[in-house]
Amino acid sequence: MLDLISLFIDSVFIGNILLSYFLGMCSFIAVSNNIETSVGLGFAVIFVLTITAPANWAIYHWLLAPGALSWAGLGHLDLSFLKYITFIAVIAAIVQAVEMIIDKYSPVLYSALGVFLPLIAVNCAILGTALFMVEREYSLVESIVFGAGSGTGWMLAIVAMATIKKKMRYADVPQGLDGFGITMIVGGLMAMTFMMFSGITL
Amino acid sequence: MNPLKSIFKKTDPYFQSQGRFSRFKGIYLATRTFFFLPSPVTTTAPHVRDHIDLKRFMSFVILALLPVTLFGMFNVGYQYHGGNATWIDMFSTGAGQVLPIILVSYGVGFFWEILFATVRGHDVTEGLLVTGLLFPLTLPPTIPLWQVALGISFGVVMGKEVFGGTGRNLLNPALTARAFVFFSYPVSMSGNNVWQLSHPGVDALSGATALSLGGTGEIIQETILNAGFSLDRLFFGFHPGSIGETSALLCFVGAVFLMVTRVASFRIILGGIAGVILTSLVFMVLPGPKDTWFSAGPLYHLFSGGFALGISFMATDPVSAPGTNSGRWIYGFFIGFFTVLLRSVNPAYVEGVMLSILFMNIFSPLIDHVTLKITAARRIPNV
Repeated sequence: MLDLISLFIDSVFIGNILLSYFLGMCSFIAVSNNIETSVGLGFAVIFVLTITAPANWAIYHWLLAPGALSWAGLGHLDLSFLKYITFIAVIAAIVQAVEMIIDKYSPVLYSALGVFLPLIAVNCAILGTALFMVEREYSLVESIVFGAGSGTGWMLAIVAMATIKKKMRYADVPQGLDGFGITMIVGGLMAMTFMMFSGITL
Repeated sequence: MNPLKSIFKKTDPYFQSQGRFSRFKGIYLATRTFFFLPSPVTTTAPHVRDHIDLKRFMSFVILALLPVTLFGMFNVGYQYHGGNATWIDMFSTGAGQVLPIILVSYGVGFFWEILFATVRGHDVTEGLLVTGLLFPLTLPPTIPLWQVALGISFGVVMGKEVFGGTGRNLLNPALTARAFVFFSYPVSMSGNNVWQLSHPGVDALSGATALSLGGTGEIIQETILNAGFSLDRLFFGFHPGSIGETSALLCFVGAVFLMVTRVASFRIILGGIAGVILTSLVFMVLPGPKDTWFSAGPLYHLFSGGFALGISFMATDPVSAPGTNSGRWIYGFFIGFFTVLLRSVNPAYVEGVMLSILFMNIFSPLIDHVTLKITAARRIPNV
């Protein structure tokens, strides 16, 4: 139990998927203009990550990994080279399914999430989490915790960015840096402060 | 008429919007404000009648920093001579080492400030007077001057000017500068050999700071004491360290001055102290390593390292701190919490104050947002 909590804290702060690994930057920059939508997108990312990480884990360990197909008598096969395309397909399929389910049962949440739910399918943070999970050889339970933790870390970063952008309405940014440029600078400064966790081992 | 005044009166038209030198208005205004109180008043309501302005505000901070700076100079010399010299000798040795650092910091800082003011047409403000003095105080006395120049350039340009200058920065510029130097040139910012000036021809003196102790197997309080860091030595400041951080006493005197004049928010300072005390007490009680700073207890955590300097002068920067009163308590508390946490569990950095303050700077808009939401939700709707 304690190591699961450690893993969660590790993936939120120390190995923050956005500010330590710079994954999921596109929506971080594009969607952080409004606090409400970034909170909504943050929850959507947590939700999708918590589902896709174990789903990808199952597919990898029962179908793709070297020797994983031994239950079908095909133990000599190594399909792990298929993991990139499979993970992408699984993520896209799950996002589609989740979208349809939410649309059916909770139209309010569906309209609140709007276009962001399908956009998540191409969020690098989701694929990155799946690949990290394989590389670090997590178990099924660990992959769920790692997915939820990565999502929480991502949400923390984007909500902080959205509030910073709100504060920066009064800033007088040089013309050439306005918009994208200053967002990258702020992202860099945020990553610099998140370096305070680097070196902690849990 | 005062001759100086007549000079300004004569040259004034050149710097107005139609004048020949309107481009240099910022420099002109800064020079004039240096000598005379600016006469313009607000033309439309609201008119606030108060004597406090940016100049007064910043000069109070400088005033509070003055004892810290002077003692810092003295202490650098004190450590160099090992206390075996006259007071004058110790002070002049220290001043000879520290003054160039301060001058470079001010010089390069003002170069950027004036460049941006001239090109972008904003005023040269007094904020840099504080930044340019705070930054050297956070540095070890042996820092090479070119690193000082590079650091203050990063702090002023990336920490402040890209956001539009004083009052719009996100992070504390002095700490941004220090963090830049800290991550770029760790050799001259950490370790045991940088905190003390060494005699020429002699290898660098090993002047470990109290925070780098621990891990020897014996109880941490005894390790600290055996290394010569008694509580009162840490409190009064006669030990190696960054130029301005050693004397907790003088930092807290400055803090009280700033709190009384209401330049600094007492909520942030008291919140920070409460954070350190509570967190270190909890860590003391928790089962953990007894030979590291994890269980050093509140007094050692309060008086050692840069906590006193950071919480008094940097955490209280009103621009990068939250604007709501309840938010300031939370902000201060978490600075204290993260400081103790980093000192206790992060072996990579022995001191955590700088990064804790920067980290909370990042989250202060979020704290503001949440506290405002809560306050608004609690309000009775006036239907």
